Formats: sequence, C-alpha cells, structure tokens
Amino acid sequence: MQGYLRKDGRKGIRNHVAVAYLVECAHHVARAIASSFEEEGVQLIGFPGCYPSDYAFGMMKQLCTHPNVGAVLLVSLGCEEFRRSELAELVAQSGRPVKIAVIQESGGTKGTIALGRDWVRKALAAIADVPRVPMSFADLLVGTECGGSDGTSGITANPAIGVAVDHLIDNGGSAMFEETCELLGCEAHMAGRAATPELGREILRVMRKADDYYRDLEHGSFGGGNITGGLSTIEEKSIGAYAKSGTRPIAGLLTPGVLPPRPGLYLMDMVNDGGVRFGIPNINDTATVVEMIACGCHMVLFSTGRGSVVGSAIAPVIKVCANPITYRKLSEDMDVDAGRILEGRAGLAEVGLEIFEMIREVASGAQTKSEALGHQEFILTYKTFEPLGPSCLPV
Amino acid sequence: MAFDAIRLSDKDNVGVAIHDIAAGGAVALAELKLTARDAVPLGHKIALRHIKTGEKILKFGVPVGSATMEIPAGSHVHMHNVKSDYLTNREDHWE
Repeated sequence: MQGYLRKDGRKGIRNHVAVAYLVECAHHVARAIASSFEEEGVQLIGFPGCYPSDYAFGMMKQLCTHPNVGAVLLVSLGCEEFRRSELAELVAQSGRPVKIAVIQESGGTKGTIALGRDWVRKALAAIADVPRVPMSFADLLVGTECGGSDGTSGITANPAIGVAVDHLIDNGGSAMFEETCELLGCEAHMAGRAATPELGREILRVMRKADDYYRDLEHGSFGGGNITGGLSTIEEKSIGAYAKSGTRPIAGLLTPGVLPPRPGLYLMDMVNDGGVRFGIPNINDTATVVEMIACGCHMVLFSTGRGSVVGSAIAPVIKVCANPITYRKLSEDMDVDAGRILEGRAGLAEVGLEIFEMIREVASGAQTKSEALGHQEFILTYKTFEPLGPSCLPV
Repeated sequence: MAFDAIRLSDKDNVGVAIHDIAAGGAVALAELKLTARDAVPLGHKIALRHIKTGEKILKFGVPVGSATMEIPAGSHVHMHNVKSDYLTNREDHWE
C-alpha cells in the first residue's frame, strides 16, 4: 500500500480537493464549482447551519485536514457566523493549499463560481506531486456501518465484517464501530472487552445515555418485523449490529471528530451530551459515516441487506451485501456478495478474508463501486459533546 | 457444502437457519448434524444441544436472552422459550 504523506504524519489513500460550503446559502455555488471537476474526483462537503456551533467547526476542521484531502476551497456567503478565517488558518497550518471565496465579495454567484473553478484547477496541479510513501495497516483506520438492514444483515455481512475487523486489528490496524443506540443489551459484553475497567465504566455510561436519550424520544427499536425475522429479544437484534466489531479488545471510546491516539478497535459515542437537544442524533446512515470519517477513517465498510447504494464524500465506502437476492438485483452497486453464506457457497471466514483483502486493494487506490458511480453523500448537523474523560483513550 | 444452519461462534448453543427447515428434517452445520424437532424458518434459531431452564442463549458468543423452559436439541428457539434479560428488568439493569 502507498499513502499520500501529510504534514501531521498521517497518510491518505486518496488525494482529493474538497470544496466546502460554510452555510446552506453557499451550497449551490460550491456545488457548481465542484461538479465541473467530477472526473478529477473533487469532493463537496459543508455545514448548512447559519448559527455558530463548536461541534460543526471541529468536524469541518477534521474533514478539511483529513488525510484523504490534499487541498480545500472554503465557500462562504459572507454573513454566516462560521469562523472561516480560523478554519482556513488551521488548514494552512496543516500544509494544505487553502482559499476562502466569499460570495458577497466576489461578484455573487457567477463571479464566485469562476474564481472557485480557477482556484480548484490550480490546486489540482499543485497537489499532484504530494509524496507517496509506503503505508502499512498501522496507518489505516476503517469504519463500519450498517444501513438498509434486513434479517440477513446480522448473520452474513455483519459477522463477515467482524472477521475482517479482527484481521485488521491483528495486522496492527485500527477500526471503529458506532451507533450505541443500536447496541442496547450488549453493554455488559462490550464493557468486558474494554482494555481497562475504567474504560468499561465509560462504555456503560454512554450506553445508558443512549438508552435514556431514545426513551425520551419515545423511539423503540425492537418490534414486529424483527420477531418475524427470528429475533427474540432486543439484545439479539443488537448483536446483529455488534457483530461488525469482531472479537478483539476495545482500545478506546471516541466522540465524532476525535482521532484515535494509537492503533486498535474503538467505539464511537454518537449520542449528544446534555439530553435531547437537536432531535434524533443521526437522521440517516450518512450522518454516522461522516462522523467516523471525521475521526480519521480512511474508508468505511457498509453492510446492507435491503440494498443501500450510498457512498460518501472524502472516504471510499465498501458495500457488503448481506442478502443474495438483493445482490443479484443491485450487483453494480455492491462490492462484496456476503449472501453466498446463506446459499452455502462460502463460509464466514472466507468472506471476511475477502473483505480484508478488499481493504488492502482500496487503500492501494482501487475504486469501490459507489466511488466509481460518483456517490458523494454528505450531511452535517448540530450536536454537542462534552470532552472525553481521561479513561476513554489509551495512553 | 450444503448446510442448513450456521453457528456464528464456537461458543454458541444455537445455530441460525440459512433456509426454512422442516420439522423432523435433518439439519447439517459445518461442524455437526442434528434433527429438527420443530419447523425453523430462515433467520430463526435452532438449539444445537439441550439448553436448561434459565441458561443463557449464546449467539455470536454473546448472551441474547435466557431460556424460560427446557429446550431440547433441535428445537425452534424464539419468543415461546426465550426472554430478554434487558427489557424485563430495565430498572435493575443499570444498577
């Protein structure tokens, strides 16, 4: 594997120019700039809110200095409260070319699109010679997510992803799993896998927070369709999602935008601190994928049974299809056919190893299906998190 | 290699049917064979050995509930013989 070496020592598996809008009012202009460079893989990200948010600022900072990003164009309307100069300064300090285009100061829509396109063209040339250096699994962080799940997800794709995660950890790499609200009933088992008893208590704390949060929202998670599918208890449903985390010890607990300090397996807490404030924490799968990428994930393993087609901005998404019927219907969108396990054409270990090999290939530059099809889903909304306690991260 | 159920972890006392299994039918897993006492639909659990009343049901090596009665090997394992250890006891759960 070869990575793009960044000033902070991290290595990227892609060398993207990112165009970021800093309020929804700048979204159209940013999209017009980015979409004229579809072939070059220019990425569109942004924050739609007009009111300031330390959380959103921190997320945008991590995304703009993500190892897969080589240069950043910030597109501002001009009057939004986002601290654009401070973000530009942080991106510049990270050694990346950066430019702010303010629509109100640059001739409006047309003038800013022309200015932005001109800058992106130059930035693409400028980052073409970023040094590529050997990359090992120790440099790699991989996220896991499931979406569009059905009864097959928990018995084929998710456990196969767990096998791949075990291989990754055993080879010195790092992985993340998340969605504490989908893991209710697994907390004692997770705490038992924690590297320290103190970390185990932190995991119990965030799991209780997730339980309380969803109870306040009156959002149950276990019901009729699950029972018809053969799931007898909420903890059994949760195990299906939990299987993606494999079996290795849990090294630490992250919140969105916090980088793992050293290799290992991490749980990400994605539920707001401070009670129900901004509604459902993650309104779709992409919200979770973006949070993991902000923690530095180079790519994301995405399990689906019904057949989600999403990819992501910034980091490639490997789609692992759990259901063989779905795979036949959507094979052009799916990277791995884990439904073979149901048809007796492959075992869990074999599919897990195939996913692990695909991680290596995608890290070496091979395009995933969603990447080749131009998927760049992205969303970022308001949240708040308290700083993590000292027991959450390994020393 | 034509199996009827898979065991997700060596520790598990249940397997998961990978297609609908008929009552009385032979059930093959990679590492063992047994006879189905009940019909077990795709995605549902089958007892791989006798499970005692109160014993934890282990799937993917993790407890997913407790047996509410004696469950002979080959039985369908579901709502009628398993209870959640989570929802039935939430107040005590977090203590």
